[in-house]
Amino acid sequence: MTAPAPAPAPAPASTPAPAGAAALIRRPGLARVRAKRAPLYVASLVFVGLVVLLALLAPWIAPHDPNTADLGNALAPPSGEHLLGTDAAGRDTLSRLLVGARTSLLGPLGVVVLSTLLGAAVGVAAGWRGGWLDSLLSRGSELTLAFPGLLLAILIVAVYGEGLMAPVVALSVAYFPYVSRLTRSLVLAERERPYVAAYKVQGHSGLQICLRHVVPNIAPVVLAQSTVNFGYALIDLAGLSFLGLGVPALTPDWGRMVFDGKSAIQSGYPLSAVIPCAAIILTVVAFNVVGERWADKVAGRKR
Amino acid sequence: MPDRTSATAAPAASPEALLEVTGLCRSFGDVRAVDDVSFVLPPGGSLGIVGESGSGKTTTARIIVGLERADSGTVRVRGQAHNGTGRGRAARLARARRVQMVFQDPYLSLDPRAPVRAVLAETLKLHFPGTDHDARIHELLDQVGLGARAADARPRELSGGQRQRVAIARALAVRPEVLVLDEAVAALDVSVQAQILNLLADIREETAVGYLFITHDLGVVRCVTDDVIVMRSGRIVEAGRTGEVLGRPAHPYTRLLSASVPRPGWDPRAIGAARRALAEEDAAAS
Amino acid sequence: MTTLDIRGLRLRLPHTARPVLDGVDLAVGPRETVALVGESGSGKTLTSRTVLRLLPEGAVAEGTVEVAGQDVLTMTAKELRDLRTRTAAMVFQDPRAAINPLRRIGDFLTESVVLNKVLTSAAAEARAVELLEAVGLTSAALRRYPSQVSGGMLQRVMIAGSLMGDPKLLLADEPTTALDVTTQAEVVSLLGDMRERFGTALLFVTHDLGLAAAISDRVSVMYAGRIVESGPAAELFAHPRHPYTKALLDSTPDPDAPPGRLTAIEGQPPDLREELSGCPFAPRCVLATAVCTEQAPQAAPAPGNPAHTAACHHSDRLGTRLEGETVDA
Repeated sequence: MTAPAPAPAPAPASTPAPAGAAALIRRPGLARVRAKRAPLYVASLVFVGLVVLLALLAPWIAPHDPNTADLGNALAPPSGEHLLGTDAAGRDTLSRLLVGARTSLLGPLGVVVLSTLLGAAVGVAAGWRGGWLDSLLSRGSELTLAFPGLLLAILIVAVYGEGLMAPVVALSVAYFPYVSRLTRSLVLAERERPYVAAYKVQGHSGLQICLRHVVPNIAPVVLAQSTVNFGYALIDLAGLSFLGLGVPALTPDWGRMVFDGKSAIQSGYPLSAVIPCAAIILTVVAFNVVGERWADKVAGRKR
Repeated sequence: MPDRTSATAAPAASPEALLEVTGLCRSFGDVRAVDDVSFVLPPGGSLGIVGESGSGKTTTARIIVGLERADSGTVRVRGQAHNGTGRGRAARLARARRVQMVFQDPYLSLDPRAPVRAVLAETLKLHFPGTDHDARIHELLDQVGLGARAADARPRELSGGQRQRVAIARALAVRPEVLVLDEAVAALDVSVQAQILNLLADIREETAVGYLFITHDLGVVRCVTDDVIVMRSGRIVEAGRTGEVLGRPAHPYTRLLSASVPRPGWDPRAIGAARRALAEEDAAAS
Repeated sequence: MTTLDIRGLRLRLPHTARPVLDGVDLAVGPRETVALVGESGSGKTLTSRTVLRLLPEGAVAEGTVEVAGQDVLTMTAKELRDLRTRTAAMVFQDPRAAINPLRRIGDFLTESVVLNKVLTSAAAEARAVELLEAVGLTSAALRRYPSQVSGGMLQRVMIAGSLMGDPKLLLADEPTTALDVTTQAEVVSLLGDMRERFGTALLFVTHDLGLAAAISDRVSVMYAGRIVESGPAAELFAHPRHPYTKALLDSTPDPDAPPGRLTAIEGQPPDLREELSGCPFAPRCVLATAVCTEQAPQAAPAPGNPAHTAACHHSDRLGTRLEGETVDA
């Protein structure tokens, strides 16, 4: 569990990189997990779809109430009754996993939506307008970037107490510079393309050109970055709830489940911690693979 | 230094001029990219600006279409001041209707996402709101020799020549008085280039639009312009009727440009020597 | 022995309906300049790259491509490295794109021969200075960065770099297209000097038929992956025997000609996704008859001049001029 890794140095403002060169920001460990071949991408896409579907249907398909404790049946191995066994409080692991998927996916979704909106707005404004606004917004984002995201989240949660909202807002603030920086470099490159000059000569206003032509042209790359960010946000939120921050104690959540199961590992019953761990890792990798693939696709199509 | 100035570099404001540029200057840092450039384009005329990279020909064109500002000097279209200062919608549209531009690279000057019909419709909606655009789009495509099938294509489905036709149609949609063509055929294959040059000649006959042809290619200049100015390091070194300037170049630089065009019996060594001699002359003068 | 001898080269790429190169025959002798002329997509660049086996992914090549008697297509990795460092070298179109901007010009010149142990680094440096002087630069350029010199100078550096391994064959792919016209003349005369001085064979790839005719001994014209005409430069320029060559000449704007409309070639070159039957130029050709779409023409020598060949059924109908056949765009 790490704070977002330092991103590559931003391109100097004087030499905007061509659109294809505006690389997505990746964490070092995950950068290597890229789908060179189609089967891994298809498997990841199916997995992502499956997780989302199960999360949506969780209340109807969960075999047990995820919060019903049955201390007499604690740490039970998988059985017909409990397909994935139970945790230290005797709660059904499968049910908690399914219902927990909702919190575990909803949080990152919030982070991605908020950070994309904020980051895209800031990046487009900085890149398109340039000048002092660019300096102000870029320095501002860099300041945010310098502040560890998780620390920021812990701080906000400490002030506002429990609840999913606080960590989501905190991580959105921590994540938006990644989006804004990418957006800014894409806009800088796109702004120099002759078609933008052509629209200017035609008499279109700058705002029109920006919103109707530049933004739609860079959107696929920004959305690909957001898909990759989803995985990172999932890890960070799981980490926070592992630390007992954010998600309320009784709400099923994958990070929380790992925390609840960790003492059982020492007693020789690793299953209730390992299963949510595996769920987190697989989901993150799947989102990463899908995001990278989309990014490669849009980068290839641009040429 | 022999200078031909009679034909096009008329200093006084002439009411019959379509485009009149007077004393245009633009510096980037210490470099005088455009240095006291003046010329006149008569109605329905075609003027070529020839030069190599760094001659200032592209900067001159960009000032005229309003993509770059001038440090000093004026641009007039039919006697009216045409400058890049008015920021309001009306000023923007009026500017666009006076001067339009076709860019060099047909692969980059169209929005990759926009189908041809949408490109034209957008411009028509901006300039002629509330009229029937379908008929006009059909007419424009017809004018540039594109079939109805091309109307629904996106730029990536078109060839370089077809894209340049779209770019020309887009410029014509505004019904401009002057069309600036910035190396508009340089990126095209020879056979396609000839098609586009012929098309441009036809359009000039039909619409009486004035052409400002920015190019490095003397062959292209000969083919499509009436008058030509030769630029070097931001200054006009020679100006006159195209046939005369190319046929009997007076300035050594024009002679060098003319000799540089490869043809059988071409002597690259002599050209290299002439080029160095000219550079030494410059160094001695400064 | 010819320095470069390409015979029946056929190159297939994935997702194409026809070979991108279809039966290309081309030879360049020592000290000879051969120009390969064609428009974009004609296969001229691919042909020159095949000589160094710089092939696109998934390409399948048939035929033989011999450089100094060795077949490039069957070489081992080591032989191939040797070929690229010693026997043949390439001058690319855009020197700014082909030279690493972060390394000094000296490093660019010496890197490949030193790494491949062709020369020691001291010998390489001495050779670099010699070649820089040969291309009209001084040894001071060694310590400069590419961004500190002009495009024309950088192309001279590229030419010097291509001669480092003392190659027998120089492949120049549109080496002057990115340069100004007056600089073009200098680079071309430099290539000629180098060819005479070092005895290299030169394959000059260009889209400019005028340039090709001006500088080369022989010219081969490509269309849709085939050589449609080839012959002595002056002869081919004055009396083209393929309608495509003729049309190319007619559609080139000539600064010496009277102003007026050009004779354009109607239509577009064939798409790689379409199969071809018969002559690839037939749909755009003013001379085409039924036989052209049915039967692919074979290269045939001109009467009285076996060195001048054209792949056309109607070469003899093509006089010096096509009267009244102006084709509108």
